[in-house]
Amino acid sequence: MTTTSIGHGLVTDQEPDLEVTGRRSRSRRSAGVWIGRIAVAVIAIGGWQWLTTIGVVDKFFFGQPTGVWDSLVHLFTQGTAFGTIWENLGTTIEEAALGFVLGTVAGVVVGILLGSNDFLSLVFGPYIKVVNSIPRIVLGSIFIVAFGLGVFPKVLLAAVLVFFIVFFNAFQGVREVDQNVVANVRVLGASPLQVARHVTIPSAMTWIIASLHTAFGFAIIGALVAEVLGAQHGIGLIISQAQGSFDPDTVFACMVITAVVTLGAEYLIGLLERSILKWRPPNRSEAQAI
Amino acid sequence: MTDHRPSRAPVPREKAAKISVTGVTKRYLTPKGETFTAIQNVTLDVEPGQFCAIVGPTGCGKSTTLAQVSGLERPSAGSVSVGDRIVDGITSGVSYMFQADALFPWKTVLDNVLIGPILLGTGKREATALARDWLRRVGLAGFEDRFPHQLSGGMRKRVAMAAALINNPRILLMDEPFGALDVQTKAIMQTELLQLWEELRPSVLFITHDLDEAVALSDKVVIMTSSPGSVKNVFDIDLPRPRGDVQEIRHEKRFLELQGQIWSSLKDEVTRAYAATSGIAA
Repeated sequence: MTTTSIGHGLVTDQEPDLEVTGRRSRSRRSAGVWIGRIAVAVIAIGGWQWLTTIGVVDKFFFGQPTGVWDSLVHLFTQGTAFGTIWENLGTTIEEAALGFVLGTVAGVVVGILLGSNDFLSLVFGPYIKVVNSIPRIVLGSIFIVAFGLGVFPKVLLAAVLVFFIVFFNAFQGVREVDQNVVANVRVLGASPLQVARHVTIPSAMTWIIASLHTAFGFAIIGALVAEVLGAQHGIGLIISQAQGSFDPDTVFACMVITAVVTLGAEYLIGLLERSILKWRPPNRSEAQAI
Repeated sequence: MTDHRPSRAPVPREKAAKISVTGVTKRYLTPKGETFTAIQNVTLDVEPGQFCAIVGPTGCGKSTTLAQVSGLERPSAGSVSVGDRIVDGITSGVSYMFQADALFPWKTVLDNVLIGPILLGTGKREATALARDWLRRVGLAGFEDRFPHQLSGGMRKRVAMAAALINNPRILLMDEPFGALDVQTKAIMQTELLQLWEELRPSVLFITHDLDEAVALSDKVVIMTSSPGSVKNVFDIDLPRPRGDVQEIRHEKRFLELQGQIWSSLKDEVTRAYAATSGIAA
C-alpha cells in the first residue's frame, strides 16, 4: 500500500515537469527555426542588394530588390499601359483557374476511365506516353495562332498542362485500389457503377488531391507562357513588355505577384484536401517526441 | 465488452444454403505462360447451417476454393452449387470476411456497416437503423462516427463482422479472418463470432491455419493437401453446442482427442509444404 502511494506520488510529481520541459524544448526549437528562416531571407535578399550596389552583379540585367519594390509600388499605384494591375492579374487568374478546372475534370474522368478499363488503357496507353513526352508548352504557339489573342487559348494551354498531371495520378490511384475491398463489395452485390462510386473514386481521391498542388502551379505557368506568346491583357503581357524595355525589376515584380497568387491557391487546395481526406490517419511526424 | 445479448430475434430473410463443391479444379496461367494448378478435384459439402473449417498448409488453395464458392472466380473444371443452383457469377446472399480488413478507410464505422443493405437497395434511413443495431450487437455503440484508422485491430474486426452479417447472409465465407490478431483478442472474437452465428445460423466456410481455432469453432474440419490442393481428410467435430467460451473448450478431453487426430493428418502436409518452400527434397 505504502509503496504504491509513494510510486504514484513520484509519477504525479514528475509528470508536469516533463511536460514543461517538453514544451520549453519545443518552443526553443521553433524559435531557432524562425531565426534560421529570417537569416536565409536576409542573406539572400541582402546579398543580392549588396552585390548589385557594389557592382559585382550588374543591376541592369539582374535588377535590385529596392528596384523590384519600387516597380511593385509603381504597378499597383500607376498601373500599366494595358490597364490597372488588378485587371491584368484578374485576367491571368481567370485563365489559370478555368484551365485548372477544365484540365482537372478531364484528367479525373479520363484517368478513372482508363484506369478501370484494361482494354481502353491498352489501346490509349502508348499514345498517352507519346503525347506526354512531347514538350506541350509549344502547343501554346499553335493555340494562339488558331484561337487568337483572347482568353481561350490561354485556358486551353493551362488545361493541357494540368490534364496530364491529374490524369496520371488518377490513373495510378485507380490501379492502387485495394482489391480486397473491391471483392468485398462485389460479393455484397455491387454493380460496376456502385464499385466506382463507393470504392474506386474515393480511393483514387487521395492521389488526385495530391496532384492538385502541382497542377495549379502548372495552370499558372500555362496561362503566363501563353500570354507572353501573345495577349491583350495579363501578367504575361506585362512580363514580355518589361523584357522588351530591359526592365528586369518589373519582371521580378510580376514573379512576386504570381507567387503570392499561387501560395493563396495552394492554401485553398490545402483546405480542400483536409476536408475531403479527413478520414486519413494524422501524419506521425506531426506529433513530436519529447 | 463481450456482454451484448440481442434484444430481438433476427428474422431470417433466406434460409441457410447447402454448399456443394464437386470435383473442382482451378488452373491459372502464370505470366510466363505455364499453367499452375491451385486446386485439383476438390469435393466437399457443407450442410445448411453447418460451420465448416478448411485447414491446410500455406499455399494449398484454401482461398482459391472460397473464391469459387463466392462466384468471384469460375472453376476450370467441376462445379459449385449453392442451395440448388449452380454458381455462375456472384452468388447472392454471400458475405466475405478477409484477413486484411476490407473496410473502407474513407467511410465512418456506421457507413461501413450500412453499405451492405444500401447495395441491396434498402432505404438510407432503414439501413442506418439496422447498422446502428448491428454495431450495438458487436459492442461498438458510440463508435459510429469514428474512422477505421481510429480503431484497434479487434474493433476493426468487429466492424467487419457487423458488415458481413448485417445482410443476414445464407453463406458466410471467412478467409483467415482473425489471422492478424493477437492471441487474446483472437479468442474474444472467436467467442463473439460463435454467439452471432448461433443466432443467424448461416452456412460457414472458415479458412484457417490454426487447428485449435478450427476444432473449437466448427462442426466439420476439412484437411487439404499442399499444392495442388485437394481434400485429404474430413473430420466431424462432435463437441456439443453452444460451445460457450472458446478459451475454456480447449482444455476439454474430447477437444484434445480430436485435435490430436487431426494434427496427425495435417502434420505430414505441413512438413511436405515446408520442405517444398524451403528447398529441401521431400
